[in-house]
Amino acid sequence: MGDASREIMRQARRQVPEWTPSQVHEALADQHEAGPDQQEIVLVDVREKHEWNEGHVPGAIHVPRGFLELQIEEAVPDKSKTIVLYCAGGVRSLIAGTTLQQMGYKTPISMSGGFGQWKANGYPFVQPRTMSEAQSKRYSRHVLIPEVGEAGQFKLLDSRVLLIGAGGLGSPAAYYLAAAGVGTIGIIDADVVEESNLQRQILHNTKRVGQYKAESARETIEALNPDVKVIPYIERLDETNVARIIADYDVILDGTDNFPTRYLLNDAAIIANKPVVHGSVFRFEGQLTVFKPHEGPCYRCLYPEPPPPELAPSCAEAGVLGVLPGIIGLLQAIETMKLLLGIGDPLVGRLQTYDGLAGEFSELRLYRDPQCPACGEHAHPENLPTYAEFCAVPAR
Amino acid sequence: MATVRLAPVLRTFAGGSKQVSAQGTTLADVLHDLYERFPALQEQLQPDGSLSRFINIYVNDQDVRYLQGLETTVGPADTVILLPAMAGGH
Repeated sequence: MGDASREIMRQARRQVPEWTPSQVHEALADQHEAGPDQQEIVLVDVREKHEWNEGHVPGAIHVPRGFLELQIEEAVPDKSKTIVLYCAGGVRSLIAGTTLQQMGYKTPISMSGGFGQWKANGYPFVQPRTMSEAQSKRYSRHVLIPEVGEAGQFKLLDSRVLLIGAGGLGSPAAYYLAAAGVGTIGIIDADVVEESNLQRQILHNTKRVGQYKAESARETIEALNPDVKVIPYIERLDETNVARIIADYDVILDGTDNFPTRYLLNDAAIIANKPVVHGSVFRFEGQLTVFKPHEGPCYRCLYPEPPPPELAPSCAEAGVLGVLPGIIGLLQAIETMKLLLGIGDPLVGRLQTYDGLAGEFSELRLYRDPQCPACGEHAHPENLPTYAEFCAVPAR
Repeated sequence: MATVRLAPVLRTFAGGSKQVSAQGTTLADVLHDLYERFPALQEQLQPDGSLSRFINIYVNDQDVRYLQGLETTVGPADTVILLPAMAGGH
């Protein structure tokens, strides 16, 4: 350390009070006792990212010294709080204290001896979960969003989403959820890829005609993002497997093509308390909503009975503009992300409709039916008809 | 006159129109006016007199089942939306 450095340190020591790790430990313990309303002390770690990653004091926030002036006002807006700064040995935190004083913070304090002394005293520390270098690069645009951040990205990586169908809606949804790093994606689809699917079902390709869609989806997704584990189910969802399959997932994305499956899924999801992100399409138009058990209406509240086949043709019978399920499937993917991250206002109790020809979005209010046989006051969702015999033959 | 918007599958019963105007101060009146011109719609919307269980009717953004059903007031600036469930996803 040269003369100028020593002089800076001397001045900093005169200006900025210092607490020993024991004092900090005691003050934090008192604060913990006082409860969440009495949080007067904020602990700020000013070390570099790699130092933070090797371990830090529990409850500390991380603002590297180099970003202090730029980030501290967002991290700690209240300048009357007591800010305890620490670094590795107590030097950088002392200089950081003078910076905070210049910025108008009333009580910056430097922890003498830093994190090294804290650890030497045997006080607790945590090692944060860290992303690999490849993950840091891949998810950098997510990490930059405050509502997602590194914590949100880990939440996504730990999340499990089940897609009912790897078709028009399931394809774009699965592709983007996989890109976003949703760690486990289950896909149930018993069909094989046909040429007529390729106009919209972008998970598949010409070479995979004849292959099971769930397997084709796995190949595409794993090539896109090795962080994602795909669990294919080559079967149809029915009474015998629905409870077992949905039990393992956080959110279910319904991209099926027939009413019996939609009613079956609705009832099983209510019993298992799983949110269903619902979407459907017809030619140039689509609709979506979120059925969150007991917080909003369910599918039977919205449609107590299915329409007769002539009013509910499938894509195979009526046609669909290939891009349209792309729009609706991606809106479903956004709703899924919101549910997984716990952010925003999910479409619970709201039906969003899109008219591609008009270029119009509309929204309709949905209500819970207190008499609903699936989610009402005297409901028995385990024992309801799914209208299997009543509906059009499922089509691809 | 109120505006009535029809879901794609219902348009064949209304001469292919996506949107039509209809007169009336209640939903019952508006539908009656529609049936005069498009009798086939009645079979879909009110097969036995009461409202169909599989076609939802909204006045503006509100489901009439949670308003006053057929007695729901409809003003000249209101939009009535006829929307059955859609199944397509594949």
